[in-house]
Amino acid sequence: MILGIFVGLLLLVSLFFNTLGVVSLYRFPDVFTRMHGATKCPTFGTLFAVFALLFYSFVRFMSSGESRFLVLFIHVFIGGVVLLISNPTGAHALARAAYRSGALPEPAAVDALEKTQKSKGGVTA
Amino acid sequence: MFVFVVSFFTYLLFSWSGSMSIQEVTIAFALAVVISFVSSGSPGSGGFWNTKGLSLRRWWDFLYYIFGPFAMGLAQANWDVAKRVISGRINPGIVKFDPHLKTSHGRMMLANSITLTPGTLTVDVDDNGVFYIHALNLTSLTPTEEDICGVFGQWTRRITE
Repeated sequence: MILGIFVGLLLLVSLFFNTLGVVSLYRFPDVFTRMHGATKCPTFGTLFAVFALLFYSFVRFMSSGESRFLVLFIHVFIGGVVLLISNPTGAHALARAAYRSGALPEPAAVDALEKTQKSKGGVTA
Repeated sequence: MFVFVVSFFTYLLFSWSGSMSIQEVTIAFALAVVISFVSSGSPGSGGFWNTKGLSLRRWWDFLYYIFGPFAMGLAQANWDVAKRVISGRINPGIVKFDPHLKTSHGRMMLANSITLTPGTLTVDVDDNGVFYIHALNLTSLTPTEEDICGVFGQWTRRITE
């Protein structure tokens, strides 16, 4: 019972941040600001879903002793690590590709990358 | 050596299902040897017998960094961006700063830390290691390293150099 409530709370927090990610797609003006909301908030939300599953499988393993819950624990843990590595790599690749294909940050208070590209006379390698 | 150890234990973790047999360990060993020899030619790996990545102090520092300063920064930044998504008050722009990192894996680690933290996004890293960061809310047009990534920079230097 207590386990169910705690896991449910973690999943609610996860749902909250994932929903904010969707909302940010509509509220923010350009591709870069949208990327902030659409890739980062869901990461934090999904981390809470991972925590919920880790906690659930750990408690079930401790109470029942069945090894399938320990296997679940390990696999969810590896999934979380892969998420933490692949998400920023993918976001960086998307942002870089977007900038180099001509999607400028609009509005932008300052654009340091634009100056260097002009002074070098082209796109940086 | 680093790639060997990581791939060996990752294979064992994936294939483990309640009990461990000698066949699994043999397959894991063979695959780890193949993977580490293939990847030892890549730039920055330092060859097969390079043990620099296995330093216990670095691994301890890395784990402490992930669960201490990095987790705190992640939670704070998420809360900040969550408020900005709702209120819509943003001041975006691309700024540059030089973290003075020499190694390529140090740059990768700092860039990933910055990108994973909401509100800052690494758009480009040039050949000299200068970072170009898209920030969701700029407080100044020429921010210092502290403004952008807090203590991440000094932790990255401590772990990778």
